[in-house]
Amino acid sequence: MTGVAADARFAVRDAGPRRHAGTGTLLRLALRRDRLMIPLWVGVIALMVLSMPGALDGVYPTAAERADVARQMLANNSLRATYGPVFGDSLGGLVAWRAGVFTGVFAGIMSLLVVVRHTRDEEESGRQELLSAGMVGRRAPLSAALLAALVANAALALLITAGLAGQGVAGAAALGLGTAGTGMVCATAAAVAAQVTESARLAKGLAGGLLGAMFVLRAAGDSAVDDGSSVLTWLSPVGWLENLRAFAGERWWVLVLFAAAAGLQAAVAYGLAGRRDVGMSFLPARPGPATGRLGTAHALAWRLQRGSLLGWGLGFLAAGAAFGGITKGAADLVGDNERTREIIERMGGQSGITDAFLATMAGMLGMIAALYVVQSVLRLHAEETSQRAEPVLAAAVGRLGWAAGHLLIAFGGAAVIMLLGGLGLGAGYGRDVPAVLGACLVQLPAIWTVGGVAVLLHGLSPRAAPGAWGVAGAVLLLGWIGPALGLPAAVLDLSPFGHLPKLPGGDMAWTPPLALTALAASLVALGLTALNRRDLATG
Amino acid sequence: MTQAITVAGLRKSFGTTHALDGLDLEVEPGEVHGFLGPNGSGKSTTIRVLLGLLRADAGAVRMLGRDPWADAVELHRRVAYVPGDVTLWRNLSGGEVIDLYGRLRGGLDAARRAELVERFELDPTKKGRTYSKGNRQKVALVAAFASDVDLLILDEPTSGLDPLMEAVFRRCVAEERDRGRTVLLSSHILSEVEELCDRVSIIRGGRTVESGSLADLRHLTRTSVTAELSGPPDGLALLPGVHHLEVRGNRVGLQVESDRLNAVLRSLTESGVRTLTSTPPTLEELFLRHYQDGTGTPEVAR
Repeated sequence: MTGVAADARFAVRDAGPRRHAGTGTLLRLALRRDRLMIPLWVGVIALMVLSMPGALDGVYPTAAERADVARQMLANNSLRATYGPVFGDSLGGLVAWRAGVFTGVFAGIMSLLVVVRHTRDEEESGRQELLSAGMVGRRAPLSAALLAALVANAALALLITAGLAGQGVAGAAALGLGTAGTGMVCATAAAVAAQVTESARLAKGLAGGLLGAMFVLRAAGDSAVDDGSSVLTWLSPVGWLENLRAFAGERWWVLVLFAAAAGLQAAVAYGLAGRRDVGMSFLPARPGPATGRLGTAHALAWRLQRGSLLGWGLGFLAAGAAFGGITKGAADLVGDNERTREIIERMGGQSGITDAFLATMAGMLGMIAALYVVQSVLRLHAEETSQRAEPVLAAAVGRLGWAAGHLLIAFGGAAVIMLLGGLGLGAGYGRDVPAVLGACLVQLPAIWTVGGVAVLLHGLSPRAAPGAWGVAGAVLLLGWIGPALGLPAAVLDLSPFGHLPKLPGGDMAWTPPLALTALAASLVALGLTALNRRDLATG
Repeated sequence: MTQAITVAGLRKSFGTTHALDGLDLEVEPGEVHGFLGPNGSGKSTTIRVLLGLLRADAGAVRMLGRDPWADAVELHRRVAYVPGDVTLWRNLSGGEVIDLYGRLRGGLDAARRAELVERFELDPTKKGRTYSKGNRQKVALVAAFASDVDLLILDEPTSGLDPLMEAVFRRCVAEERDRGRTVLLSSHILSEVEELCDRVSIIRGGRTVESGSLADLRHLTRTSVTAELSGPPDGLALLPGVHHLEVRGNRVGLQVESDRLNAVLRSLTESGVRTLTSTPPTLEELFLRHYQDGTGTPEVAR
């Protein structure tokens, strides 16, 4: 009898009818906290997609022109690597081709940020402890975070479906659902990462790295074959999005893949969440040294940022090698068509298709490196707002010295990862290594300019600092999507990357890089001057 | 000899909230100075101005004879600071952080560091994320007490310590005083302040409302007297400065302003005293009076 009673008690605890208790309240809290962040992400991504039909219609107004461009795009494997294959030559088909991969990637970034923010971030800051002391089930925080991501992705799917319905409801729904599906796969992947890591920074890094790998897999697969049937493409959720074939005979069963992957990852995350202590991970903390050798603010900054720099460096080396590997086939163009060449030139390259491809890849690495530099500069912001900077600055450390340690890693680190990306690209391509390296390094002034804006914003006010992410995001959008939209030159010129010489292949013009370097230096100087004058954030 | 800290008419606003509204503070070299005030009265804001982390809007601020904003780095060689809420880097061990803070100040006395780690029963090999609040505070305290500095600024440093560690802390502060160092101690633990501090400043709503030695401050408040008399008391109620008079038969309980005590005693002895207890005002009573008296100034956050 006692045994039965005990079993019954355990059964109640394990079955946990209230393991999701409090999910609704936590979801409201999450949406309240993200009331700016989610609408902004969803709005920008949707706007990006919804502006495509008009823009593409302007560039290719007739059906014949669209069929022509679709054929050329499909034949060029370097363009397939960047945007995926073209499956339909309707306006909708071109929109899905041009926007699909990137909406997927952006929805993925949004989702992983939302999920980590409401799971590991909450635990790391200690806020979860207080919440979990209330009527909150063990699984509720995870459920609330995933639901918040679901709300965001559903809103995105709705906007895309409604906005593109004019091109065909089925295709619009497929693109919307595929985007949301990619987002949810990333959300659940981030949920797993948030369970196994102890720091939110690392969880975001892991999930972001996974997303990067998805992109590279798809790029490699698409460069090899022109119908999205490569195994590599099918291994990547971003590849599933294109294989949904929105506006080109939708293959609805592909949606099952998103559901299965998201469901599986969610199950893993839930399994882990139920088996772990709040605030802890699965790896026991190892003891550290009883005495330390850190003695300067610079050494501390290096210690704090070296892991992240190592991760970025390895990622760039791998991505560069993958891009270099697919460059070899870049010149396999059906015919030597004037319009294709023109389009490639619009993408950022110049004559010589291989050179243009390498230049495009170097530019892409550069724009991603802008994210690194922003993240690294904003380490200052994180240190300041977490109150860890306070005791350091209360010691004999000047603000400039404190900031300089982190900025050295941000700006020097950008050079290191671009060098590694260039080495990977050159090694993968197997030729012209110095030219490829040069193409990567010439991106640095533009990367530094974005970093300079981050320094300035942080210097002006701690509240303005996160705006640097917006700047980096805008630069990415302008670089990837801007040229195809036929935006006015004045808008495109806002991105520092637009001013760089197109290498390899183009002429090395020294004025723009030098001018940008000077601009970056003055931005940093202004930012540091402002930092030296303002109050420190006090929490 | 210059004052360790001189603050006169200090003002600091954050947007529309006035955190400090004409605050004055004088800390003499070699003293332990208690810095008291209700939550949100501006103690931490004052300390951050002293550390050059916030810039004063108005008023004169000198620390060790220098300007804390302009000469921050030079000053900080001679100053150790312990915040009330210590945040550590998750992947650095406590020992590494102690040594880092020490090197970032004037330097660390290795023997004293080892002794303090022992006394505070701190495990320096644990990583930042695994320390409890009290242990994080110990990390900052060991770094501060082992640093070779002239001035210690401690902002509610014992809020997470257990009573044993609190006793260790008090001995450490006493040792610092014996070594001639100056300590500014912000605290809510009144027994701690009573035991350690030579002088105190009480602030409220960003302003200094009381400042002086504990003896001076006590003088301003009331003494509690209870007595058992041979006969019924006579005329006590008419004496100036007597409050809360309670008479039950021959027993008397009352509070009297400290400078009127003499007249009360005279009146009591006239009735014949059998037993007499007189309690000087505790800091707590002093404190409650300042904390509770509505002065009409709304308290401001921070």
